[in-house]
Amino acid sequence: MSAATLAGLCGAALVGLGLYGLVTNPESLRKILSFNILGSGVFLLFGIIARRGAAAGLAADPAPQALVITGIVVAFSASALAVALLLRLFKETGKVTLGADPPTKSPADGTGV
Amino acid sequence: MPSIALSDSTTTASGYLLVLAVILPVIGLLLAFLLGGRRAEQIALGLMPIGLCLAAAIAFGVWRADGVLVYVLGGWSPPLGVALRADGFSAVMLVTTALIVTAAAFFARANFSTPLDLTEARAPLSFWTLLLALWAALNCVFLGGDLFNLYVALELLTFAAVPIVCLDGQAATLKAALRYLLFALFGSVLYLLGIALLYGAYGALDIVVLSQRVRPEAALWVAMALMTAGLAAKTALVPLYLWLPPAHAGAPPAGSAMLSALVVKASFFIAVRLWFHVMSPLPREAAMQILAALGAGAIIFGSVLALRQERLKLLIAYSTVAQIGYLFLMFPLAAGEHPWTDAAWTGGVLQAVSHAFAKAAMFLAAGLIAETLGHDRIAGLRGAGRLMPMTIFAFGLGGLSLMGLPPSGGFVAKWLLLTAAVESGQWLWALAMLAGGLLAGAYVFRVLAPALASANANEPSPRPSPGRGREAAALALALFAMLIGFAPPALFELIQIGRPQIARPVTTIVTSR
Repeated sequence: MSAATLAGLCGAALVGLGLYGLVTNPESLRKILSFNILGSGVFLLFGIIARRGAAAGLAADPAPQALVITGIVVAFSASALAVALLLRLFKETGKVTLGADPPTKSPADGTGV
Repeated sequence: MPSIALSDSTTTASGYLLVLAVILPVIGLLLAFLLGGRRAEQIALGLMPIGLCLAAAIAFGVWRADGVLVYVLGGWSPPLGVALRADGFSAVMLVTTALIVTAAAFFARANFSTPLDLTEARAPLSFWTLLLALWAALNCVFLGGDLFNLYVALELLTFAAVPIVCLDGQAATLKAALRYLLFALFGSVLYLLGIALLYGAYGALDIVVLSQRVRPEAALWVAMALMTAGLAAKTALVPLYLWLPPAHAGAPPAGSAMLSALVVKASFFIAVRLWFHVMSPLPREAAMQILAALGAGAIIFGSVLALRQERLKLLIAYSTVAQIGYLFLMFPLAAGEHPWTDAAWTGGVLQAVSHAFAKAAMFLAAGLIAETLGHDRIAGLRGAGRLMPMTIFAFGLGGLSLMGLPPSGGFVAKWLLLTAAVESGQWLWALAMLAGGLLAGAYVFRVLAPALASANANEPSPRPSPGRGREAAALALALFAMLIGFAPPALFELIQIGRPQIARPVTTIVTSR
């Protein structure tokens, strides 16, 4: 198995884990973290595509690398915005979940941010 | 011969207009943020007429050139560089955006002016900068010719739209905003994954270059499925609509108007770019039928939910879910080379535009009603018609367009889609449209009937009626939705420009109305 294939499988696994977490976790902070894992998988995929598309004499195709930098910046700002919203929500309500009926949920997870 | 017009990868004569349309709101946004305070509002309002003129100039340019306006950034042509392109659909959306943003800004002056005793207040500063950011991002989406550029534009749009939802800082709207953001992030990361696959398979992300390179293979279908699912989440297509009603109902009225009228259309616009432009050389019937099935589901489901709402703003928000469904019926009807596709394409575009005007008018009207009555419970609307006739009239006109009754823009749009569905023998979609029209009639009636009834005897003390100017803003938008019903043939010509099929003579489109 070549390094690129291995990295590709890792990327796919990260995407799968992130997607699962994003859909199944009720807590917003975990959803945000899952989004980041999912994003990392996608960025890894971009890296492999860059490696695979390398022209002769180059280590990698620079275009996907440029895309990945933009993608990371966007994902970072998105996470920052989401965490800011979550913190504000915690201040207002003391809860970190979005469901309509979470009265028993302890807000301990949200305080660690 | 797919995409004859779009294949231009060199800057056209008035291509610089496209750059101005993107850069102008960005400059305004930066200045508003730097200067702050009252200046933010002045800058935003000052830019409105310029932006309107620019959008009109682009639309006129596209119409006069009878082709796509192109600007190649930095002179690097597409496989390497990035192009901005404006075709008929972009031009129509740009003008719609400029008009609605202007009306919403005019409307919002009463809610978001900086108090006289302060030099700067949080909500007004945020609102005016976010308004400009929203406008910049929308223009960027409608002009982008590169899929990754469109991704960035979509993200900018999300970052501008989410804070608008929670400007009041209440727990309920914060929740709505966070849910909206999570759905949007889910959508954008799927879209990005699709981009990675497309770039890996074809080494290009420019829409025109991609449309020349695509082959029917697994990588393409997986990429398209991921991107479409992501865009559907951002458009609030039916299984993924949960975020929309609380977000759109909780935002301030001017914000709801822009979110419902324009922001959901942006991701729909990109879906159209993908399925009609990128995929133009390939057969794609099955996928189109799936999209239409979701759209038909959205029409029925959204309308029924709208019927059951107790609060006016939620009713309007659920009606958005339903009206988005019509947009997706355009996919199977406008694809391919058939005699009905011109009508279906025009119908789909007009649905996007007339729904934008009608829905913006209705949200502004609902905002005025809520302000005047102090609540927006539908059961408590009695007497509103006497208190604020102009507002209720605007709401009614908007409703007329949603139902698809003549002579509204919604009528032309739905009529074109309906005839295309009947001509192509796709009866199921025709039935969904008719049922949607009836249900829309029912939920609009549910609001108008109490509003037009005479007030109760134990009427609460009359509040000051809203300013005439703001009522006029809502009414103007509703009248625009009507005016589309009387649009000259030039509009129909414009909408067809740059469509990736060979455009037939315009007469066939006009007579098929």
